[in-house]
Amino acid sequence: MADHADLPETVTLTIDGQQVTVPKGTSILHAAEQAGTQVPHYCYHAGLSAPAMCRLCLVEVEKAPKLLPSCVTQVAEGQVVHTQSDKSLTMRRGVLEFYLHNHPLDCPICDQSGECKLQDYAHEEGRPHGRVREPKRVFGRDDFGGDVLFYGDRCVMCTRCVRFMNEVEQDPRLAVVERGDRSIIDTFFDEGLEGTNFHGNVVDICPVGALLSKDFLFKQRAWDLSHTDSVCPNCSQGCNIELHTRDNLVQRLRPRPNLDVNGHWMCDEGRLDYEWINRGGRLEVPLVRDGKEFHATDWKEALVGLVRELGAGPVRALVSPRLSNEDLGAARALVDQLGGGDLVYRSRRAPEELVLKGFPKLARRRDLAPNVNGADLLGMSRVGDNDGTGGLEGLASHDGIVLVVGDDLEDQPPTFGKEAALYVFLGTHSSEAASHAHFTLPLTTFAEQEGTFTNHENRVQRFWSGLPAPGAARPAWLILWALLAEHTGQTQPTRPEEAFVTVSEFGDVTYETLGKQGVIVTPPTRQEPAGAIGD
Amino acid sequence: MAYPYVSDREVRVISTQFGDPEARTLAGAKQRGRYQGLKTALDMSPDAVVDIVKASGLRGRGGAGFPTGLKWSFMPKDYDKPHYLCCNADESEPGTFKDREIIRWDPHQLVEGCLIGAYAIRARHAYIYCRGEFFEATQVLARAVEEAYADGLIGDDVMGSGQKIDLTVHVGSGAYICGEETGLMNSLEGRRGEPRVKPPFPAAVGVFGMPTTVNNVETLCAVPHIVVNGSEWYRQWGSEKSPGTKLFCVSGHVRKPGNYELPLGFPLMDLIDDLCGGITNGNALKAVIPGGSSVPLLTAEECRSCALDYEGVSSCGSMLGCASVIVMDETTDIVKQVRRMAAFYAHESCGQCTPCREGSIWVTRTLERIEAGRGTEDDLDTLMELTAQMVGTTICVLSDSVAAPVQSSVLKFRDEYLALIRRGERVGTA
Ligand SMILES: Cc1cc2nc3c(=O)[nH]c(=O)nc-3n(C[C@H](O)[C@H](O)[C@H](O)COP(=O)(O)O)c2cc1C
Ligand code: SF4
Ligand code: SF4
Ligand code: SF4
Repeated sequence: MADHADLPETVTLTIDGQQVTVPKGTSILHAAEQAGTQVPHYCYHAGLSAPAMCRLCLVEVEKAPKLLPSCVTQVAEGQVVHTQSDKSLTMRRGVLEFYLHNHPLDCPICDQSGECKLQDYAHEEGRPHGRVREPKRVFGRDDFGGDVLFYGDRCVMCTRCVRFMNEVEQDPRLAVVERGDRSIIDTFFDEGLEGTNFHGNVVDICPVGALLSKDFLFKQRAWDLSHTDSVCPNCSQGCNIELHTRDNLVQRLRPRPNLDVNGHWMCDEGRLDYEWINRGGRLEVPLVRDGKEFHATDWKEALVGLVRELGAGPVRALVSPRLSNEDLGAARALVDQLGGGDLVYRSRRAPEELVLKGFPKLARRRDLAPNVNGADLLGMSRVGDNDGTGGLEGLASHDGIVLVVGDDLEDQPPTFGKEAALYVFLGTHSSEAASHAHFTLPLTTFAEQEGTFTNHENRVQRFWSGLPAPGAARPAWLILWALLAEHTGQTQPTRPEEAFVTVSEFGDVTYETLGKQGVIVTPPTRQEPAGAIGD
Repeated sequence: MAYPYVSDREVRVISTQFGDPEARTLAGAKQRGRYQGLKTALDMSPDAVVDIVKASGLRGRGGAGFPTGLKWSFMPKDYDKPHYLCCNADESEPGTFKDREIIRWDPHQLVEGCLIGAYAIRARHAYIYCRGEFFEATQVLARAVEEAYADGLIGDDVMGSGQKIDLTVHVGSGAYICGEETGLMNSLEGRRGEPRVKPPFPAAVGVFGMPTTVNNVETLCAVPHIVVNGSEWYRQWGSEKSPGTKLFCVSGHVRKPGNYELPLGFPLMDLIDDLCGGITNGNALKAVIPGGSSVPLLTAEECRSCALDYEGVSSCGSMLGCASVIVMDETTDIVKQVRRMAAFYAHESCGQCTPCREGSIWVTRTLERIEAGRGTEDDLDTLMELTAQMVGTTICVLSDSVAAPVQSSVLKFRDEYLALIRRGERVGTA
């Protein structure tokens, strides 16, 4: 018996003429997905309870007296399900017609247009023309607080938003008030979503344009956005996200499901903290200092010039936990090649964690950078305070080689590196404290390069490039490995997956084995200090 | 003169005390035989009580007519988890006013019925969920419960039997949908009064997540009599499938409206013409709604042969429901009456299910437009299609209840709709 206990029992059934075998307890909706059929639905969401109230996922099940809600009906052996039969289609057309009864059809001015489930389903299966002759009821708009605007007339009353706040954020600030067609989602008097930490997710899960992001309001049309799989760069949780980009700018961040990391969600701070990626005034070409002057140059000349100076003395390096594993690995390889030396980083720490109560795997972690664990794993050490400042007294006046990669030195004086025999500054933006740099080399941001971050539990996760690099900016790993190639005369990595496998801490793991979900490489040795107060 | 109207053709089992305020006090109630049934039941095993109710053939009086004993037998037989009995006193179906009268005149009959029911299903706590608008009835009931507690009829040691049964009167806030049994349970738990998806059924997961049975007031009130007198005694009335007596709430165009307790199977026309004294002003009969506003209308013709039991009314094309007989004479404006019913459901829909939330108001607005003389013949097809889309697609059957009067009236009284649409003529005045 014990031998069988962990073997999931399976059930075989027929959906639209196709046999599928699924674990016992699977819903018809999920089983249909496996058979390649998407059953339309509004109220059901994989991350929430299933109230079976939208009545759109009803399907015909042979021998059942009525159509059954596929989201809550479990599969049974030998069941024969028809999602596309006359009965199912007629019913869906009918239910969809009711959805449009009070809907304002203001798609042309609705942000959701193009990614709206009401549009999608009505176009696919609805009636070509409406039959409503009565005036529609009007609710108008409401500011729900935080980043959320409510367009009441568009609401399809799926209660996903209410259930998210009840079940996942567990701070029930939204409710259905009134009943019948007067039902409306509302906040409790003036107490809106302001002050909650995950409310941005209600905008994502709202199947229509009833809940919209103030930040994104009227900014772009959904169909103009390119989507790139990425990892949130704003804390060490490493939420899987998509970058939505247009015009070479990040327009918004959206969570991408990964049940091992962030479920379907992301935090508000992380979601809304993306403008820095779009910040202008970028370093676009390598700069070489000649006395007090900086000369723009090309990479070849910059690297050849730099290699000549590499014997200038012992090296000390400052890196950043915003850099990828590949970048950090290359920085370490360079330092090692130059005889070894200090490798330090600075990082901001929040006073407390913000845990998502209904999905506690996800918390906005205290470390407000994506790759603190990567840096630790590669043997780099943290200096400075919880604001990510200070701690550079020795480095600032070091008289050998000073290498700064990815730290913007904002808190440092213009005299930084004045004593250095060779001061190399790699960054996205110029800095006062880089005035004495002999070489200033332009870096890409994470959004402009491919790479990996190691999150708080040492899960290594890939991200992809969603924006073109400005000018001649390049990823740090590419610059540093090119420098090493020049220095050693040996072939070095020229692709991120090659740069990744040079990091011995990752063992046999490759980009291929990382896939989209990531892999935990080794249990984290560093314990996060105690979590948020009052969990 | 007795309670508004009585007739010697009635068989009064449950309604014996209507009009007699003496039965409201515990002493008066005991004199009239109340709590005999409880005593008898407590001497039996819970399963034996279930069996006798099963044998009596008693069917639920809340509308669906589900066999009561069978429903009780679905409850788990152990005490692993708390069990609950909920008495449904939310009576809000238009045309229905029997439960209120039972509670007003004979509250101890209901308390006794609840205690026996709780005992039979192994519940240690019973709730009576009263409609929010029942001010007087609730006060009478609360007083009766208080007296019964003081007398040891309710509480830790019911009638010295060692059984613990508590009874709580809970007052709703005035929503029809809280009469639907799972909406009732949500409301009792302090949630929005919204019906739950079944399965799971209440006997498995009910109020507070525990096994629960919901029974109507009248259903529970029949139980003490059955326990005392036996199932065969109850079966002397009615038919094999519809045994016993039933309260009929007659309203509308009759001379003597009110509650009449009759053996099931009683002829509808006898009820109207004889017991109720016929149609007001000697007018002609136009239509009857035999079971509350949720069931299809019957034409005068269909009423002729209609016998008032579950099967009889079904075979005439309607349903017995909760036996609320709404009589409409020739002056009735059917379109207006149907519009009023639709408006009631649109107002009372909880709003969860899209077909019900949107359909009920859409149908209402369409009927309003037809009534205002701005309808088209297409609207009748639209009404039939919309209501068809509302049947069988929702969590509870409130949605179906909108369809019943609309569809039956469009089919049976199409002329009245057409008169309005084509000529702007109202057929009736009432
Ligand atoms: C919309 C709706 C309203 C209902 N209202 C009542 C009610 O007011 N009183 C009642 O006893 N049953 C009502 N019912 C029926 C109950 O759901 C349930 O079937 C009944 O209380 C069971 O009791 P019974 O088996 O004794 O009839 C309603 C059902 C629906 C769908
Ligand atoms: S606001 Fe959006 S998520 Fe909330 S109930 Fe309405 S449609 Fe659903
Ligand atoms: S929890 Fe961290 S990783 Fe996730 S969205 Fe927030 S800041 Fe980004
Ligand atoms: S059918 Fe109507 S009343 Fe019943 S659950 Fe659905 S919306 Fe609520």
